[in-house]
Amino acid sequence: MTVATESNRTVLFLARSQLNQLIRTLADDGYQVVGPTIDQEAIVYGDIASADDLPIGWTDVQEPGKYRLQRRDDEACFGYVVGPHSWKKYLFPPVTLVATADRTGTGWQLSTPETEPPRYAFLGVRACELAAMKIQDKVFLGGPFVDPTYQKRRAAAFVVAVNCTQAAPTCFCTSMNTGPRCSSGFDLALTEVADGFLMEIGSEPGNAVAARLAVMPATSEQLERGNSARQQAVDQISKKLDTTDIRDLLMNNLRHPQWEEVAKRCLSCTNCTMVCPTCFCSSVNEVPDLTGDHVDRERSWDSCFNIDFSYMNGNPTRNSIQSRYRQWMTHKLATWHDQFGSSGCVGCGRCITWCPVGIDLTQEVASIRASQNDSSVGSAVSSSHDEKGNS
Amino acid sequence: MKPAATAHPHNPWLAHAVRIAHTETAAPGVFTCDLVFEDPLTAAEYSFSPGQFNMLYLPGLGEIAISISSDPDQRDSISHTIREAGNVTRALAQLPVGTSLGLRGPFGSSWPTEDCVGRDVVLVAGGIGLAPLRPAVCHLLANRERYGELNLIIGAREPFGLLYPLEYDAWRAHGLNVHVTVDRANSDWHGAIGMVTNVLDRLWLRHAENTLLMTCGPEVMMWYSVQMAISRGLNPKSLYVSLERNMNCAIGLCGHCQFGPQFLCKDGPIFRYDRVASILKVDDL
Repeated sequence: MTVATESNRTVLFLARSQLNQLIRTLADDGYQVVGPTIDQEAIVYGDIASADDLPIGWTDVQEPGKYRLQRRDDEACFGYVVGPHSWKKYLFPPVTLVATADRTGTGWQLSTPETEPPRYAFLGVRACELAAMKIQDKVFLGGPFVDPTYQKRRAAAFVVAVNCTQAAPTCFCTSMNTGPRCSSGFDLALTEVADGFLMEIGSEPGNAVAARLAVMPATSEQLERGNSARQQAVDQISKKLDTTDIRDLLMNNLRHPQWEEVAKRCLSCTNCTMVCPTCFCSSVNEVPDLTGDHVDRERSWDSCFNIDFSYMNGNPTRNSIQSRYRQWMTHKLATWHDQFGSSGCVGCGRCITWCPVGIDLTQEVASIRASQNDSSVGSAVSSSHDEKGNS
Repeated sequence: MKPAATAHPHNPWLAHAVRIAHTETAAPGVFTCDLVFEDPLTAAEYSFSPGQFNMLYLPGLGEIAISISSDPDQRDSISHTIREAGNVTRALAQLPVGTSLGLRGPFGSSWPTEDCVGRDVVLVAGGIGLAPLRPAVCHLLANRERYGELNLIIGAREPFGLLYPLEYDAWRAHGLNVHVTVDRANSDWHGAIGMVTNVLDRLWLRHAENTLLMTCGPEVMMWYSVQMAISRGLNPKSLYVSLERNMNCAIGLCGHCQFGPQFLCKDGPIFRYDRVASILKVDDL
């Protein structure tokens, strides 16, 4: 039998009945396996003890402001797109203890927790989510200061990616060049076909796990079925975001009337930032015990849509919904390029689906692009990268 | 697939234990607090550049960003001049000498003192904005021979709002021209009345094109000061402003202090004016 390869990568075939073996192998290696499961009528990420916990035979139906589960006419394990959760909840937990203070006889003992991180195996990471992890890597690991919680959890994680075989009307990863194909950033990558999974190996730890599974080199016929399954996702993507000069487009239109227009619909509810796989804003809160002698410093997810997020000297800097929506979108699509060298958007569509009033950022950008009128402000707002080059 | 990390040797969330060595009223509603490190090793290792800030932490109450106002060469304590504005600053103002608290820092960008060498320098301070400029004053005067003409314009609402008034004569004696102006005077006031821009308008400049300006104060004051400086012939690339936004983590991870593309905590608080000029006047940014 000839060994089938794709992009110089050996492709293996894992029979559907062997998926539990993969889950067990990861658990045997000490990983806490987390992946898609159904809870409260949505596909969310949670603990996976066996393949039975997966949303077998279910899919999601999405459109702006709408998410529903629906029965599939097959028994696919990964036959859905993306739900409200993203993997950031494991790497950048919604609540993290960052420091503690304990009263001593003479003052305070100030400490940081030195706990062993959980070792997660992520099962079912989509291409857009791999891109989101790379973006959060730059945020939490790429600057002058590294976030210890994220660093430890990220280093310990094992990633099993799953290629999309279908897309939602809210998906636009092809516009952001993040998918739907998983190309790097995983230990193993699966493509689900009728009787099993094509498996690609992305790392040495991935190879070590694969070596302990009952896998066969994929046949060319299996490879072909994988290709057409993946192509189906590409073909189904209909939404587009024109990213041409998008950084300057938005920064040159900070006074565009569209911000006021979108503010009439936006509820400033923070949903988009909570479901976004790259949004990283947070606040540290003091949590003392009843005696006041022990204080936990807890970091919680925060949002630029919260009015007190920009509170300074007695007043919020961004007092209007208009200014907060502008902050979110210009950060995500424009200034992120200055800060981290890429867009902050991966095109997963979560912010569109989970917006209670169905605001679609791709349409907001299109509206601004269609009626640019603010050149007076912006011509001077050149990229700060350029400016740094001049110094 | 493990991401490469530029590991910082020190957990950035870990605060150093410090103790209040001295505290005094600097102006109505403003106090200066001198802190010393509990650990002599930390004290020996700690150094900062003029314009940088610390996060001061009162367990159970919270943490605040405060510019350092002491001389960077002074090793025995670190001073912060603080306006009572919120819960933490009000509590801090009440704490007696000897009280223990936490400090993380120093953070942020600094005044471009290296770029001042061989040039004339104008400092423009409004109100509490003199506090972050004071370390720059100390540094410039400690190395006075390296610089040309040095001018400091201090503006305050009222005479009793002036910070560090007892130091002005010493600064003058060391070769700094100190100009003081107030918005509203009382009968004891013999100095100038008016805005800092009035003083800047009339300031004698030997070589405007070779003069560097640093300003700290209310945003609107800094805006008009740089406009005046440009009209006086200073290069927009020789003007520096110190900006302020909500700060929470100080390490570029929490998102609070964003101002357009900048994180004030790690890219700022001090910016060359031309890098932020276009967004300075955008409302609610």
